[in-house]
Amino acid sequence: MNLLRRITALFRRSSIDREIDEELQAHLAMRAEDNVAAGMSPAAAARDARLRFGNPTTTRERTEHADIALGIDSIWRDIRYAVRGYVNAPMFAIVAITTLALGIGANTAIFQLLNEVRLRSLPIAHPEELVDIRIIGGNKGMGISDTRYSSLTRPLWQEIERSHEPLSGVFAWRSSYQNMQTGLTANDVNPVRTINASADFFNVLGVVPFAGRLIGPEDASAACTSTSAAVSYSWWQSQMGGRPLTAAESVVLDGTQYHIVGVTPPRFFGLAVGEGFDFVTPLCTPPNVQREHFDVAVMGRLAPGWTTDRATQWFTSASTGFFDAALPQGYSAKSTELFRNFKLGAFSAATGVSNLRNAYDSSLWILLGITGLVLLIACANLANLMLARASARQREIAVRMALGATRARLLRQLLIESSLLAVTGALLGIALAQLFSHMLIRALTTGNDSLSLAVHTDWRVLLFAAAVAILTCAVFGTLPAFRASKSDPILALKSGDGHASSRRERFSIQRIMVVVQVAISMVLLVTALLFVRSFRNLMTVDPGMRDEGITVAFFNFSKSKIDDTHIEDFKRQLLSEVLAVPGVTNAATTTMVPLTGGSWTHGIDVGPVEGFSRFTWVSPTYFQTMNIPLLSGRSFNDNDTKSSPRVAIVNQSFVRNYLNGQEALGKTVRTKAEPRYPSTLFEIVGVIPDTKYNDLRGNPEPMAFVPAMQFPIEADGPGTRMVVASSLPSAIIGENIKRAISTAHPEVRTRFFELQQQIRNNLLRERLLAILSGFFGILAAALVMVGLYGVVSYLVTRRRNELGIRIALGSTRTRIISLVMREAGRMLFVGTLVGAAISLLATRGASSILFGLKSWDPATLAFAIASLAAVAALASFLPAFRAARLDPVQALRNE
Amino acid sequence: MAKNDLQGTLELLILKTLAHNSSLHGYGIVLHIERVSNELLRVEEGSLYPALHRMEQNQWVRSQWALTETNRRAKFYSLTAAGRKQLTAAELAWEQTVKGVQAVMKFA
Repeated sequence: MNLLRRITALFRRSSIDREIDEELQAHLAMRAEDNVAAGMSPAAAARDARLRFGNPTTTRERTEHADIALGIDSIWRDIRYAVRGYVNAPMFAIVAITTLALGIGANTAIFQLLNEVRLRSLPIAHPEELVDIRIIGGNKGMGISDTRYSSLTRPLWQEIERSHEPLSGVFAWRSSYQNMQTGLTANDVNPVRTINASADFFNVLGVVPFAGRLIGPEDASAACTSTSAAVSYSWWQSQMGGRPLTAAESVVLDGTQYHIVGVTPPRFFGLAVGEGFDFVTPLCTPPNVQREHFDVAVMGRLAPGWTTDRATQWFTSASTGFFDAALPQGYSAKSTELFRNFKLGAFSAATGVSNLRNAYDSSLWILLGITGLVLLIACANLANLMLARASARQREIAVRMALGATRARLLRQLLIESSLLAVTGALLGIALAQLFSHMLIRALTTGNDSLSLAVHTDWRVLLFAAAVAILTCAVFGTLPAFRASKSDPILALKSGDGHASSRRERFSIQRIMVVVQVAISMVLLVTALLFVRSFRNLMTVDPGMRDEGITVAFFNFSKSKIDDTHIEDFKRQLLSEVLAVPGVTNAATTTMVPLTGGSWTHGIDVGPVEGFSRFTWVSPTYFQTMNIPLLSGRSFNDNDTKSSPRVAIVNQSFVRNYLNGQEALGKTVRTKAEPRYPSTLFEIVGVIPDTKYNDLRGNPEPMAFVPAMQFPIEADGPGTRMVVASSLPSAIIGENIKRAISTAHPEVRTRFFELQQQIRNNLLRERLLAILSGFFGILAAALVMVGLYGVVSYLVTRRRNELGIRIALGSTRTRIISLVMREAGRMLFVGTLVGAAISLLATRGASSILFGLKSWDPATLAFAIASLAAVAALASFLPAFRAARLDPVQALRNE
Repeated sequence: MAKNDLQGTLELLILKTLAHNSSLHGYGIVLHIERVSNELLRVEEGSLYPALHRMEQNQWVRSQWALTETNRRAKFYSLTAAGRKQLTAAELAWEQTVKGVQAVMKFA
């Protein structure tokens, strides 16, 4: 009989039993036969055989025991026994499984998101060979950068396309929102995500079409004549109903008609994790391209035998040639030198690129830590529950031991019981995680900035959930199991429930567990309070200007065919039309909307001092519209024109940094030359207080405002943005302006958003951290309350006799209450002490994402301690009160 | 030091018995040990079968159902290659145990 056969016979247990039985019976029969042959009577022969053999049942059982396969069978029996136990007392199992499922679910959900934005490779062939070619250390704010991904200029891409020895293939891509025409007028458009891809994009990635063909070398043309577009699978399914493609299928993007030639495969979401795309159109580089415009990303596949390091070496040494050839014209000598000294490097792009990763990476790790700690507290509670259950079962365990069960056997039984809970909890948790992660993704999605992130349950997620389950099982199952299996059967059987005669333990496991719980929840509360207060600080921080009741309006008049020299006049005309719209109290044009990201910097010389300043071109009403007071000097007016002397208004930081705080009015500032922005001398005519620039979190920085009319003609374009103040709701004022403008200029495209809403959206990460950490902090406190209540009640029950004697001897109620509560107080004290120390260490790393407070914030610590003390008092008062009302006669009679 | 105990001894006896006889059932092993030892050793029959099954798990012996000379169905055990190796090791260990015990007895 081999092992395999035994395992397959597992479910035919009786057949193995029979086989053993038959073997033993044969032995007895042969012995009896020999006895008869030796002259015994048949009855005596059988009796002798049995005597020699001993107890056949014991022998059979011992034989069975020797079989490994039957050992597996007995595990199966243990599982059934455990299930029966849980079914008989379902409350415990329900509480335990729910706790575990929620805990494991929350952990898995956050891990799933982390996995998605950080760990998963792109769904392409051999993602590990894909590298991103970037400037080492970035472009130092030079030129114009489109997105975080677009790290190179077109001339640089052309150089790399010509010469890329370490790479078997290269491509350039950029991703942007484009307007898809949905109706007849300029405003009947829908924003869609488009990837512009160079000819080899799909070839190098190894992505094959799902239907039709994708953008390829046939679409490359110097004259940018190709009108082919590939569509994403999700777009094809949702917007085209997945119908077969015909030659007539087309789409108009930003006024250009494209023919849809193919569909990308379902799994391909582009290269930016969490962003997805709708269309892929050919990237084409016209000859008159802006050479300082960083608007493409360049990636490639490492040729066989090349590593990222060696590729970086190659590109670094080739850089001088590349950057010399791609040099933009019009920069100052210093900037030109900086550009020429840039070095290219190859960086692994196996997991793609992701803004999400930059924005949420640390937050997700923090959340994972928080949920992990909450799970740990929940496990400690479960362990206490298991201990209570084990002491209730002490009699059963004692009987089993008395009947000869070994310690190992009991341990196995108890561990099977707890791992059953953990496995069920983990399975439910994995299911719940899908729900949780979708909720999280929805919470992270703001307005039109949709997050297209498909969460997968891959091996990493499953491994993580399994590891969490094993860990929880180890935490809440092992200790109680070891304790229970160590119990002394004689003592347990004698005393019944085992309470009265057990010795009092000063450092019982329960106590240690409560201390650990208090410490962990202290850490969680401190973290939660820090994030909540940091978020509140951000919400209440004064940006130095008005942010409520401001609507931001975008106007695109590329179809109006305005002559370059009259663009500023047309903008003024639009502004006066907007000001005439009913409900508009004030409005101004600006080149940069504050507090919404983006930045605009020029190098400057203020006398002998060199530096940088933010620059914003605004119309005269800007400061009134945004409620920014003037500290000294004058505001802009209609006399500041193209032909008048150039003037600027600077903020206090500017005066502090570049003028040593001296009188600023009348001083001059010279900007450094840049392509399309020639060096200009400005006279300072006014000073404003410091305001926030592009982010509420930022520190004050030097800023200069310049009249819109003095914007360099060569840099001007057919579009403008306005800030509009109104007491009407933003949506209504937007609609009013849109109507007014489209009556006067039907070809002008408009777009609106509410400034305050946008600012709040930018605080999403902080809000999410505050809400989630707050929720988990409260949850932790609640769990601690339950745990403390359980342990104090348990201790009171154990000390029933002692308390009864004390009462009988004349101890007052208050003294009994304080006796019990002192007990809880001691655990609280040690717990908070340890917790405070840990939180000081743990939150140090979070300092960078806190706003307006330090991680060692005494008020926060004090508040956390106070709330925990309140929780502890609440949790221990009820058992203490019950102890004080103990009837001494009753308590002593129980002994 | 040679490791030996009662169970080890029983296993050694079984291995040695099976080395002499190509195939034997449990009862046959008992008879063989009793006969060869001139009834000096009596096998604890209750321990024989657990030991046989354990040895089968260790793949020292293999088993097969067959008929005895009295036409009774019985389970016959025979030695495997691993069993032969185990026998050599067990014999060596046993010799050392005997030597050790004798040395102690002589000293006293």
